[in-house]
Amino acid sequence: MKRGRVNITSKCQGFSSTEGRIKRQKPGPLGSSLAQRPAEDWGSLPHHVVLHIFQYLSLVDRARASSVCRRWNEVFHIPDLWRRFEFELNQPATSYLKSTHPDLIQQIIKRHAQHLQYVSFKVDSCTESAEAACNILSQLVNCTIKTLGLISTARPSFMDVSQSHFVSALTVVFVNSKSLSSIKIDDTPVDDPSLKVLVANNSDTLKLLKMSSCPHVSPAGILCVADQCHGLRELALNYHLLSDELLLALSSEKHVHLEHLRIDVVSETPGQTHFHTIKRSSWEALIRHSPKVNIVMYFFLEEEEFEPFFREETPVTHLYFGRAVSKEMLGRIGLNCPRLVELVVCANGLEPLDEELIRIAERCKNLTAIGLGECEVTCSGFVEFVKMCGGRLTQLSIMEEVLIPDNSYNMEQIHSEVSKHLGRMWFPDMMPTW
Amino acid sequence: MVVNSVHWFRKGLRLHDNPALQEALNGADTVRCVYILDPWFAGSANVGVNRWRFLLESLEDLDSSLRKLNSRLFVVRGQPTDVFPRLFKEWNITRLTFEYDSEPYGRERDGAIIKMAQEFGVETMVRNSHTLYNLDKIIEMNNNRPPLTFKRFQAIVSRLELPRKPLPTITPEQMDGCRVRIADNHDEHYSVPSLEELGFKNVSQADAVWKGGESEALERLNKHLDRKAWVANFERPRINMLSLLASPTGLSPYLRFGCLSCRVFYYNLRDLYMKLRKRCSPPLSLFGQLLWREFFYTAATTNPAFDRMEGNPVCVQIPWDHNPEALAKWAEGRTGFPWIDAIMTQLRQEGWIHHLARHAVACFLTRGDLWISWECGMKVFEELLLDADWSVNAGSWMWLSCSAFFQQFFHCYCPVGFGKRTDPSGDYIRRYIPKLKDYPNRYIYEPWNAPESVQKAANCVVGVDYPKPMINHAESSRLNIERMKQVYQQLSHYRGLSLLASVPTIQEEVEPSLSDDSQASGSSTPGVQTTPQTNTTTTTANKTMTDAETATPPPAVVVTSSSTATPVSAMPLATAPPGIAAQAQRKRSWPTELQSAQRCSQSKLQHTSKPSTGQE
Repeated sequence: MKRGRVNITSKCQGFSSTEGRIKRQKPGPLGSSLAQRPAEDWGSLPHHVVLHIFQYLSLVDRARASSVCRRWNEVFHIPDLWRRFEFELNQPATSYLKSTHPDLIQQIIKRHAQHLQYVSFKVDSCTESAEAACNILSQLVNCTIKTLGLISTARPSFMDVSQSHFVSALTVVFVNSKSLSSIKIDDTPVDDPSLKVLVANNSDTLKLLKMSSCPHVSPAGILCVADQCHGLRELALNYHLLSDELLLALSSEKHVHLEHLRIDVVSETPGQTHFHTIKRSSWEALIRHSPKVNIVMYFFLEEEEFEPFFREETPVTHLYFGRAVSKEMLGRIGLNCPRLVELVVCANGLEPLDEELIRIAERCKNLTAIGLGECEVTCSGFVEFVKMCGGRLTQLSIMEEVLIPDNSYNMEQIHSEVSKHLGRMWFPDMMPTW
Repeated sequence: MVVNSVHWFRKGLRLHDNPALQEALNGADTVRCVYILDPWFAGSANVGVNRWRFLLESLEDLDSSLRKLNSRLFVVRGQPTDVFPRLFKEWNITRLTFEYDSEPYGRERDGAIIKMAQEFGVETMVRNSHTLYNLDKIIEMNNNRPPLTFKRFQAIVSRLELPRKPLPTITPEQMDGCRVRIADNHDEHYSVPSLEELGFKNVSQADAVWKGGESEALERLNKHLDRKAWVANFERPRINMLSLLASPTGLSPYLRFGCLSCRVFYYNLRDLYMKLRKRCSPPLSLFGQLLWREFFYTAATTNPAFDRMEGNPVCVQIPWDHNPEALAKWAEGRTGFPWIDAIMTQLRQEGWIHHLARHAVACFLTRGDLWISWECGMKVFEELLLDADWSVNAGSWMWLSCSAFFQQFFHCYCPVGFGKRTDPSGDYIRRYIPKLKDYPNRYIYEPWNAPESVQKAANCVVGVDYPKPMINHAESSRLNIERMKQVYQQLSHYRGLSLLASVPTIQEEVEPSLSDDSQASGSSTPGVQTTPQTNTTTTTANKTMTDAETATPPPAVVVTSSSTATPVSAMPLATAPPGIAAQAQRKRSWPTELQSAQRCSQSKLQHTSKPSTGQE
């Protein structure tokens, strides 16, 4: 594109009409009148107007526009446009995705690091990508980041970075930013000392901390965060970090109400882990302090490992079972999870789950969403369940092939019966039979 | 005027219900049936020996049926564009007939041939018989875009008239009128080639499980209907060990090659149902299998990018891993999970696996465990699976990997438990992985959990005689569920807490891009700039981010969207009003030859972004 000043009207005609080129030589009445005022050209648009337009453009388009003229180039570098950035770091050998260009990364570090507030890093499965992310992190010395997300889009490659490299990069941000409010560092080698640094510098601002599957953090490490960061509203962690002390710390008077607590229950040695239990009184303390808290539990266990769970009343609201669960376990859920809102069960044995579902419908009065994968249910049992829950079931998902037709309902009828009870059109999920 | 016809066989390898062939015969003085095949190309194509064998057997069968009509099949070596001008002149052809091919590649090829025929003064007649319905009609009835949920598709189909009745098979009388003299050296030029000629050396002579050809197809159809009649119950049978094995009544490969007409199958089923249940017409579910096929053909017919993620407007962009080593283990049945390995072995040996087995291995490769692109799996199926059709294969893979068609992704098949429930005896495993045959039932799906003594007693030590499991399923399914959530959360700005929260409704997909991603060179969807629909995912993703930014107080970028801890799945679109994706769908059918140009301009864009960002 030419760098000379471009007359607005001629440009407009060029865009609006295919005959623009011809007309340009003989400007119409409107064009000629505007052209007489030299100030009226694209380069003299006020900054805030250009800025407004730029906000609707992709970075590529903004970058191209920035080479039109000096003023547009000035706008290109306005801090407002650089508050958030997502670094994408991928290697051609491991990912289909392109990466943020190195020149752009350099430019951001040089010119815009201090403007960054919402920063995320998306890395593929390659260790080098995670290392590159750490290298960028360690250069963000002069910044005031509020949100930091480290996201592995495929295998968790941050785990392959040397722990010291990772921790030192992360602490650069922890130490320098001082007003971090949201941090997502799932599947990383973050450790207790780095959490201490986080707490020492950001305890007043921290609201959200997601650190599922961070094996180097101990229950004491997370307890330190809960003790000091009274503004923490959302926390995600693995079950082995969950303790009675932690729940009590989160329920202290100084602490704000907790909004979300997400717990992943995974066993390190599949089939052999024995899980500790949480006291009923600790759960109760948490609910007294934060009556509206969502407690989300993701289970990836083998059947025999479920033994310690839901023996007593548990205030869980959202349950996800990634693998098969026993009928007995689902029976306990009906008995002991009165706050349950959502239940997802990926698989179950071959015996129909009718009774368990009906009990859940009876006792879990807040249940509004349910998803069943390979879980056999008879059509009558399923209809009964839906009838008991009625319209409050806003989400209902079951695979067609696990519904067992019986004397009362066949597959055709179940759709109309369930739709009737829900008060809207409903169909079971289907899978291609090809 | 003399009419000399050529009927060009591609799919539709049959004499029954073949409307294009009927047109060839209609009032003709001579008719020749040709199949065009390039032996040079055959060896290099990504098609396995079982599929070639099936094709050659089908051609042999066609040839022998034509012989009974005192005619022959002409298998012409070469490429259609080279072959036809020669044939037109040599045989003085005036009419060319073939079956309509709905797939983008086929349409392009046929377009060129029709044009060429015109130049030679040859009249072309194309008839639809590979699908039950006229796919364009379905698209038209859905506001000019293919339905993207099966429910929606069924709803449209139920408003259509019944498929056209099948035509009778070609009779000797019909053929008598237009016989050509078969040269003595016919076999020298036009015989059906052998596998050796196609470059497959040392092919085992053992009988294939699936024998190609129209005769076999019709026999199977009868058995299939006998069994249905005997069961007299059209519900889906409960799956067990036997359903996993190749059945003598299985029909899918025959429908794929057109050895069996889908309309013949359709009307046979329908008549049988009405005979046995002396009442009302049959429910759509009776034709489930046929309709799935139709669904994917419809979705693909106007979408040349249907078989890939990039540039495919119906496909969610998922950051799959590149991992050739893991892919090879999967493809060759060396994953260490007997259930997966047995299925892949059956696929390689026999060319067919049950649809639930397809679900199991597809889930394992993609969203369940290995996080490898569905395109890789699709290519392996293309090579090995007899009934793999471009549209159906790509469509099924997108479905199973939750890349399109609004699938639930909360459920992922367990490579141990799913098999165990399907066949508790483990005999299926023993059949395809004989090494494991002495394992007790308890451990046969998870041999690595067997005590060493058991492994030794079974003469198969894990890690020595049979591979260790290549992945920890519990761990990978935990990670993968999170990844799927990440992908789907970006698609919608829903922040609530419910099962189906992260729903990509079509509505959102079509909303114009307010602000595009700040991602320029790092864009996760290359093609964003030029192809209007590919950016749908990015667009909505950015919308989410913009919302996040303008909200007060400004919440986190990525982190907040996940503060809605649970959203686990994507919504079935059954409720989506029709017509929303109309613009999106309409725009996307650019001619294939433009694609490469478009790619160029994209990459140019990405280039230019670099220097200009670097400037002053």
